[in-house]
Amino acid sequence: MANIIGAVTTSHIPAIANAMANGLEETPYWKPFFDGYPPVRDWLNEKKPDVIILFYNDHGLEFFIDKKPTFAMGVADEYYNADEGWGIPTIPPVTGESDLSWHIANSIVDEGFDMTICQEMKVDHGLTVPLNLMWPGHKYGHVKVIPVCINCEQYPMPQPKRTFELGKAIGRAVASYEEDLNVVVFGTGGMSHQLDGERAGIINRTFDIDCLDKLVSDPEALTKYTNLDLVEQGGSQAVELNMLIAMRGTLLGKVTELHRNYHAPISNTGSGLMLLEHEMPK
Amino acid sequence: MASNYTDRQFQGTYLFDGQMAKKGYGLNKMCYSFNEQVARDEFNADPEAYCEKFKLTEAQKEAIRNRDVIGLLREGGSIYYLAKFTGLLKLNMQDIGGLQTGMSTDEFKAMLEKNGRGEV
Repeated sequence: MANIIGAVTTSHIPAIANAMANGLEETPYWKPFFDGYPPVRDWLNEKKPDVIILFYNDHGLEFFIDKKPTFAMGVADEYYNADEGWGIPTIPPVTGESDLSWHIANSIVDEGFDMTICQEMKVDHGLTVPLNLMWPGHKYGHVKVIPVCINCEQYPMPQPKRTFELGKAIGRAVASYEEDLNVVVFGTGGMSHQLDGERAGIINRTFDIDCLDKLVSDPEALTKYTNLDLVEQGGSQAVELNMLIAMRGTLLGKVTELHRNYHAPISNTGSGLMLLEHEMPK
Repeated sequence: MASNYTDRQFQGTYLFDGQMAKKGYGLNKMCYSFNEQVARDEFNADPEAYCEKFKLTEAQKEAIRNRDVIGLLREGGSIYYLAKFTGLLKLNMQDIGGLQTGMSTDEFKAMLEKNGRGEV
């Protein structure tokens, strides 16, 4: 059967792509951020997952507000990045996992999560930055990725309690897949930040660290927040915490934190990197 | 109004709900088009004509002319699409933060550093 063997939280901001493209990892500004990643890379290289289920939000590459899916997932064998309009380099295609994707779609739609199912889906920095962070130099082609995209842009958007349940449903779907595959789940984005308005520039370090703690040991507490509570505490783009909450929903039993690096600011945000394991089904 | 998502207000924050999405549709559609180099070139060649093509309102055109990010938000711009417009102007997120808060880019960056260290 397919097994979720662990999970990762990571930032996905475009400034990371520029820093990597320009070789800035060792500069004083970026070093405290990039120094967090080797332990996670080592773990991934040791565990060699077959599949990454990656929660992210599209920032206006694939989806426009002419039709804005609340939840969308890819079921393709390959995904492409493209010009996002403001200068981060376009990166090589991402490998997909069509069979498991369709299995998940079949399972979760039957459970009541009405996904938009995509056979073509351009993937933006929300997905590509985390992959390149884990396998620098665009060496992610060997791992199969299932993109799961959550609307974090336009209200109404799914609430934390709903995205947590989505994660649980995806976890059940993976556990019911017969092929032996090792799966790691990435929750990308966040944490506190606000890009728009006179209130731009919010970073709430205390809130971010509390969220990371709760993601490990008390995720139900996070599901009591509404999106507007997240906006109040962490700024308007803190709703991206939904991707981390969805990730957490896929994990079972006692969750063990193997690694953490919180650093702020990078660009306009707090960055929360964590590596988690859970009690895998026997 | 029932078509507002919420009556909860956050100072200096522009929640992008149905009303804003409707009001800003042409503006956001224009900014979405800036994913393509050919569109960026067309805008740069004749900004007024390009705004007209997407039927921007006078207030939206004025805000585009003045690079007035707050004005664009008020007129229904979504920050994710506006970022493509400001990217075309070669402004990054700290530049935009400064523009919106009345700070220089360096002052805005200093505020981010301070917030990041938890000194608030």
